Amino acid sequence: MLRIILQRLILLPILLILFSIIVFWLIQAPPGDFLTSYLATVASSGSSIDDAQVEAMKVQFGLDQPFHIQYLRWMENLLHGNLGLSLEYQLPNSQLIGERLLLTVILALLSFLFTWAIAIPAGIYSALHKNSILDYFFTIVNYFGVATPNFMLALILMWLAFSKFGVSITNLFSSNFIDAPWSWARVVDLAKHIWLPMIILGIAGTARLTRIMRANLLDELHKPYVVAARAKGLPEWKLIFRYPVRLALNPLISTIGWYLPQLFSGSLIVATVMNLPNIGPLLLHALTQQDMYLAGSILLIYCFLTIIGTLISDILLAWLDPRIRMEGA
Amino acid sequence: MADEPIPTPSPEERILPAGTRAEERVSVASNWQLVWWRFRKHRLALISAVVLVVFYIVVLFPDFFAVLDPEETNERLTFIPIQMIHLFRDGKLDPWVPGIAGKRNPVTLRMEWTADETLQNRVRFFVHGYRYKILGLIPSDLHLIGADSSKKDSTLFLLGTDRLGRDQWSRLMFGTRTSMVVGLVAVALSVVLGVLLGGVSGYFGGVVDVFIQRLIELLQSLPTIPIWLAMTAALPQDWRPEQVFFAITIILAFIGWTTLGREVRGRFLSLREEDFVLAAELAGCSRLRIITRHMAPAFMSHIIAASTLAIPVMIINETTLSFLGLGIRPPAISWGVLLQEAQNIQTIALAPWLLTPGLVVIVAVLAFNLVGDGLRDAADPYGH
Repeated sequence: MLRIILQRLILLPILLILFSIIVFWLIQAPPGDFLTSYLATVASSGSSIDDAQVEAMKVQFGLDQPFHIQYLRWMENLLHGNLGLSLEYQLPNSQLIGERLLLTVILALLSFLFTWAIAIPAGIYSALHKNSILDYFFTIVNYFGVATPNFMLALILMWLAFSKFGVSITNLFSSNFIDAPWSWARVVDLAKHIWLPMIILGIAGTARLTRIMRANLLDELHKPYVVAARAKGLPEWKLIFRYPVRLALNPLISTIGWYLPQLFSGSLIVATVMNLPNIGPLLLHALTQQDMYLAGSILLIYCFLTIIGTLISDILLAWLDPRIRMEGA
Repeated sequence: MADEPIPTPSPEERILPAGTRAEERVSVASNWQLVWWRFRKHRLALISAVVLVVFYIVVLFPDFFAVLDPEETNERLTFIPIQMIHLFRDGKLDPWVPGIAGKRNPVTLRMEWTADETLQNRVRFFVHGYRYKILGLIPSDLHLIGADSSKKDSTLFLLGTDRLGRDQWSRLMFGTRTSMVVGLVAVALSVVLGVLLGGVSGYFGGVVDVFIQRLIELLQSLPTIPIWLAMTAALPQDWRPEQVFFAITIILAFIGWTTLGREVRGRFLSLREEDFVLAAELAGCSRLRIITRHMAPAFMSHIIAASTLAIPVMIINETTLSFLGLGIRPPAISWGVLLQEAQNIQTIALAPWLLTPGLVVIVAVLAFNLVGDGLRDAADPYGH
């Protein structure tokens, strides 16, 4: 067990270094840099900056250095916990990202819990009552859930809420709480707002996991050990929950590996549509403004979250399934 | 298979019981025939296949189905709501749409449109409209439907108009073309990459296999949406729409091929152990012949099923990227570009019909998924 965790933890920095190179290369790729777009903005507003100033800014931001030097400087800063300075906001990136990162993680985790809370009971019910009305209902929801892009669902729900109830559901806080320090009242306010993005983000996954749970349980239900347990006179619900459900959950654990990362990056879309104070819209803005260090930091955070998601699923699987645990030993 | 029309049996065959004859037919049927027989039983998949055929007809002839030029703006006809088609007039089948009457709101200074049921504008079929070239070759001006040109002020906005007064229906036809083609091309690229690299990986094994598998794992553990956004943001702003189009498809295929690559490799490895491959080897077939004649047909149906299921994913991704402003860019029209018009709640509240491309996305994705599921079940004719 410890061995597997250690193995994965050793892999973590290697992956992060590989990802950081890819990310840095990506944010470097656009022709021109932040200065060119900054100068264009300045020029369009009528004022101008002389060449000496431009040169000074280039040196200040390190834009005159070759690729690998810029990369190493960036990495050095990262290792010191310094995410660099946002070229556009002229603020430390860590300050810009700080709370937004927390909200990103909270939203993804809540969606994850929502998914499991719905998918497991729904999957069990569907498997036990195959071809019942509710089973068909879940099947239909599944097809539509998978076919509807996240942002489309957000748009439709926002429109319904607006046209039917006259409420505009955007942001994660009421206006008077947006910049307020954390307090109990602010947490309550967050809870009042976060449920809808949580559902929107989780619905597609819920639909898929319900199907997986249903299929897994159906495979288990007809195995001889179930018949044997039933023959011994075990009460039906006790039997179902004690044996086949536990076995059917195993493959579901392995879905965490792709589902949690998918929630992290999927929250970007919901956050953009619903204007949530999340790292998604910040990334989008940084990318269009070529604010490269900010974009790079956020991309690296997404990579990190993705790796963590896979790590959690690997460890959980090893903990639950002795076959996987023994393989590593 | 029981509903298959059974050919008139020859005298010898008549002696055999019917069941055996059907079984015999199955045993001599080609792989493709078996796939088709199984697929046909899937009623929803069959209906979905018809829906997709309709979609691809629109892809081929968007101009024919469009009512107006999709780029034609009209500042006096902005945000016109959907003109509902009424099928019957005076108890006869004679489609018409109510006329529209505009009034400027004195407070918001915005035009407010109401349907005027007394003005019955007839809908004409096979009318002459704006000029275009069929498939870019044959000049024509024929359109499937159009407004009654004999009457002045007769309009036909099946799905309303947007903020520039462009006809949403006509734009949707062109959006359909772009988005469906993006999905198809991106998947085609993924298939080429996936089959090539997956095949190489499964065929050579050893170091090559390990390297390709690690590459696939690395690509699959990237956070897709943010990385795609970063890649599309890196495309030069001054590129032509066609260049952006191809770049987007390549970017989508960049991660998309990995799933197919894995699938191909897995098939390859399991097929290599099959008896019929060994038999072919013993019969002295060359490597190339074994792969192309014996192995390829066996996994072809799986590849087709897997690719069909990959297309809707690509379509959703393209739509999402374009919706966020980092995919296909205007003046090119795709479903995502159309939905960009409906980005904030104010616009949606004012013009909910701008969401219609999203419903089309859902229908298309649903159809692809159902066909894909049907194909996947049918792809394994010996499986059950």
